[in-house]
This record gives sequence, structure tokens and C-alpha cells, in this order.
Amino acid sequence: MSQLVKHHLFWPLCVLAVLLLFNLCYSPDFFSITIHDGHLYGSLIDILNFGAPLILVAIGMTLVVATKGIDLSVGSIVAISGAVACLSISKASDQNALGLILTSVLLAAGLSLVLGAWNGLLVSGAGIQPIIATLILMVAGRGIAQLVTGGQIITVTSTKYAYIGSGSLAALPFSIFVVALVLVIAVLLTRKTALGLFIEAVGCNPAASSMSGIRARWVILWVYVFCGLCAGIAGLLLSSNVSSADGNNAGLWYELDAILAVVIGGTSLNGGRFYLTGTVIGALIIQTLTTTIYMIGVPPEITLVVKAFVVLAVCLIQSDTFRAAIAARWKSRHYPAEKEVTRHVS
Amino acid sequence: MSLNRKFIPIVVTIVLFLVMFAAGSFRYTGFFSLQVLMNLLIDNAFLLITAVGMSFVILSGGIDLSVGSIIALSTMVSASLVQQQGWPPAVVIPLVLLMGALFGSIMGAIIHYFTIQPFIVTLAGMFLARGLCYVISIDTITIDNSFYTAIAQTRIPLPGGSFLSISAIIALVAVAVAIFTAHYTRFGRNVYALGGNEQSALLMGLPVGRTKVLVYTLSGLCSALAGVVFTFYMLSGYGLHAVGFELDTIAAVVIGGTLLTGGVGYVLGTFFGVLIQGVIQTIISFEGTLSSWWTKIVIGLLLFIFILLQRVLSSRRLTLKE
Repeated sequence: MSQLVKHHLFWPLCVLAVLLLFNLCYSPDFFSITIHDGHLYGSLIDILNFGAPLILVAIGMTLVVATKGIDLSVGSIVAISGAVACLSISKASDQNALGLILTSVLLAAGLSLVLGAWNGLLVSGAGIQPIIATLILMVAGRGIAQLVTGGQIITVTSTKYAYIGSGSLAALPFSIFVVALVLVIAVLLTRKTALGLFIEAVGCNPAASSMSGIRARWVILWVYVFCGLCAGIAGLLLSSNVSSADGNNAGLWYELDAILAVVIGGTSLNGGRFYLTGTVIGALIIQTLTTTIYMIGVPPEITLVVKAFVVLAVCLIQSDTFRAAIAARWKSRHYPAEKEVTRHVS
Repeated sequence: MSLNRKFIPIVVTIVLFLVMFAAGSFRYTGFFSLQVLMNLLIDNAFLLITAVGMSFVILSGGIDLSVGSIIALSTMVSASLVQQQGWPPAVVIPLVLLMGALFGSIMGAIIHYFTIQPFIVTLAGMFLARGLCYVISIDTITIDNSFYTAIAQTRIPLPGGSFLSISAIIALVAVAVAIFTAHYTRFGRNVYALGGNEQSALLMGLPVGRTKVLVYTLSGLCSALAGVVFTFYMLSGYGLHAVGFELDTIAAVVIGGTLLTGGVGYVLGTFFGVLIQGVIQTIISFEGTLSSWWTKIVIGLLLFIFILLQRVLSSRRLTLKE
């Protein structure tokens, strides 16, 4: 039992379970899933579908955080990727041509790779602190996205493009398969090869890992490239789901939600350790929380207050000083000095 | 005369500002006037005040992401108390300032006593303040209180036919006080020491904890003051005021030559960092055809150049640190 409690997924899963249970009590048909036209419908499916972009971004962010870094530019990359894809589709005469969709998707994905590489080069090549290095793209990237869309919302009418974000495969939303694919690749690469170990080593101590023969700079560079790609794919899912790209608002606050998901999932911001499954659960918790708040009719903006307390609580629990303070208080409550003395006397 | 290495970033900032202003003057008629210069102060008074507080945080080696949200919360609290509850502004304004300072000090205390990264704590603060805005109201609250409109419309005439607003004067006073605090008080020296090396500061017997909490308190106070000034400027309270403002502020501080690892920089640099952002916006508005997103791209580019510059200049210092 104690081993179960100590497992890194225990608390995140508990929180998720409590949230789901609360929803079940509040609206009994929360868990009901109906089939309509060969698609599954239901709150749970919605959570998975709407949560897909966040899960993707958070997977990339997990690896970055594992190297003791942070990527603030993911929200901007989400916006740029969606904008580029929608722009190139909207310019074409036949928006449903398969070749066009593929080219647009590859173009957006390629661009997000380049943007990720830019971040990676600044961090590993120029040796700039990650938070600052990615701040540049966070500020400029939103401007680039607005430049691409001309400050407007670009709408596309392509049904093939819309399939990526809102189509369904084997009765499940297609976006879930995209997320699953990326997750499986990430897990295989990091847990079945030595790559995961390298990333953790770099996160613990880049200098020491360099000396032990790991090419720390390359590891850091590729981690940011992967994070950029994840954000780019998330941007595709997000823009295709609504068949439009909004340079101003797409992906706004994503970096913060993604970092929150990573932290809830048990990955420490101090680097050196990471849990991809934890992150996925963290992202699901955030999405469920948002859905719950919508469902019980609270203005959605109050999610921010709830999120604030969640961030703080999670960080306090992670803080050794805080845990020590609580433990001291707990002990002193149970064994006050006077009682201790009387016990010994008797 | 050889220039001291530590002054290079701030000199670059000032020269860049002068070059940009000169370039604007050559290109556009009507650009070269005292009033355009004064408008930089008038339109960026709140950015200036926030950036002053942020300078201290960054000098101490921290970061404060909550400033934009505290500005929004201040406008919201001011608007709802003055407009909906009918409180006198003389009570509301000190109350808002107190609230900002308290907010900052709580974040500072959590950062120091539980050793959690400033990034995360102020991120939570950012969510919290922004969320509290919506708890007050989801809609814009317009202010038509005579005191607020009077301050918003007052023009202080200057020789040469130009004028300043009361907000701009408040901002200039804030900069002056900050320069004095940073360079002529014990607190200022403690902040620099803390940013230089926290361990050393602790071993030297400096009050590290107190300084750290005070730095965030100051930043919260500055943000709340900026919020009050923003209320004069917008004459409304709204939960979406100043979204993304924390980044403009950090950018201003960095462009002003302050090292993000802490310990190196000048409040005067921040002053020019804000003016540079203002000049970019003015040039873009004079150009007319270019749109506002160019501001973001240019600021991002400048941020990049300054970070690289600092990296090159401080490479010796950093290798020592590592």
C-alpha cells in the first residue's frame, strides 16, 4: 500500500478520479457515451478531443523541463503553425486537394521544427538561459503569427483539413490517434533507448554529462526541436478543429497550461527526471477541470483562480522546505514536549 | 578615454534610442518635436512604472510574471469601488496600492520561505490576479468619476508649447525615486548583492530574506501604481487590460541592459528601454501602413540582439560563475 502511495502517478490519478467522480455526481450522464453516425459522443470523448493539443504541447514540454529548461514559446508556435497551414490552404483554388493538405501540413510542421531549432540553438549554442531564450520567440512569434494571418481570422472550407482535428477514425476522434502516435514515439525513444537517460543526465548536470561522453548540446538542441514540433502539430489540431486560424488568440496561455501539466504530472522543474504518463494525466486533469467548471455553470474565467491554487498547491507539495515545515508541525502536534516528559516519568 | 565595460549595455541602449528617434525625425515630417518625445512618456507611463519595479526584481535575480494581472486587478478594483460602490478616490487609490504591495509580499514570502522558483510562484499569482478580475466582473466597468476624468484630462504645460500628463509626472517621480533607492540606499545595495550571488550575500550577513520579500513587495506596489495610472489612461476597469504586459516589461528591462541573471544593470537603462519600445510604436504609427504586430517582431529582434550582446560582454563573468 505504501508503495502504491509513493508511486509517482498516485496523486495525479487520485485528483483525476476525484474530478471525474465529482462530475458524475453533478451530472449523472457524464460517463454516458452515445454512438451517432459511427462517431462516439460524450463528455469523456470531448475531454480527450479538446485536450489533445494541450497533451501534445505538454509532452514536448516534459522533455524540455527534464533538461532543466523551459519553453515559453510553445503558444506562439501553436499560433504560427495553424496560421501557416490555414494560409496556404486558403490561397488554393481547390481546398480539398490531398496534395495541398499534405504540403500545408508538412510546411507547418517543418516551420515549427525550424522554430524549435532556433530555441535550441539559443539555449545550447549561445548558452542563454532557457526562459530568456524562448521569451524572444514568445514575443516575436505572436507578432509573426499575426503577420501571417494579417491580424484577421483565416477560415478554410477544406473538409480534408478539418478531418485532422474533428474527424474520427474507428469511432474515436482522429486527434487522439495523433496524440497516441507522438506519445508512443516519445516513450519508445526515451525509455527503450538510452536517450531518456541522456536527457535526465543533462538535466542533472550538463557539465558532468558532457564529461562522461554525452553530447549535451545535441541532446538539448533536439529536445527543443521535438518540443517545437509537438507545438506545431498541436497548432494543426487546434486550427483544423475550428477550420480557422487566429493569430491573436490561438495558443494563448498554452505555455502556462503545458508547464502546469508537466508539474502536476510529477516532473520536477529542477530537471533530471521526467514522467511522460504523468504529464498526460496532468494535461487531462487541466482539461477535466476546465470542462467541469464550464459544466457547473461557473463563469469560465474563474478557472484561472482555481488553476492558481492548483499550481501553488502542487509546488508547495514539491517543496522540501514546505514538507519539512508541515512535518515538524505535525510531529509537534502529536508529541508536545510536556507529554513526552510525563510519558517517560510514568 | 576608455569606457568601463559595465557601462557598455546602457550606452548602447541610449545610443539606440537616439538613433531611432533621429531616424524617425528624418523620415517623417512632424516627428521631431518636443511633444512627440513627451508623448512617449505620456503613453508609456504605466509601462515605465511597472518596469521600474521589475528592474529591482530582475536585479535581485528573480522574475515577476504577475505584473500585467495586478495592473488589470487594480483597474478592476478601482473601477468597481469608485463606480459601483461610490467610494471616494482618496480611499480607493491607497487601498489599491496597499493591495498590490500585499500581493507582492505574499508571493515574495512564498518564494523565499518555501524556496519555490519565482517563475512558478508569480505564474500562480498571475492566474490568481487575472481570475479575481473576473470574480469582480466579466464586463468592462467605465469610470465617469469627476476626479478620475479631471486627472486624465489635466495637461501640465511645458515651455515650448508642449505638455505632460499627471501620469507621466508620476512615472518620472517613480524613476527618480527608484534610481535613488537602487544606488544610494542600503536596500539597493542589498538587491545588487543578492542578484550577484545569493550565497555570498547570505554569508556576508545581508538580510537576504527581507530583501527578497521587499523586492517583490516593491514590484507589486509598482504594478498597482501602474494600474492606477492605467485607470486614468483608460478610464475603465477590465479583466483583459494589460494582457501579455509582463513580457513588454521584461523586454524593456532587458533592452535597458539589465542582466537577467541578476546583479548587473541600471534603472536608467530601463527608462530608455521603455522609451525605445515607445519609439518603435510611434514610428509604426507614423508609417501608417505597418501594423501593430511589427512592434512585437521588432521588440523580439531587439531582445535577441541585447541578450546576445550581454552574453558576449558577460562571458567572462559567467564562466566564473559556472
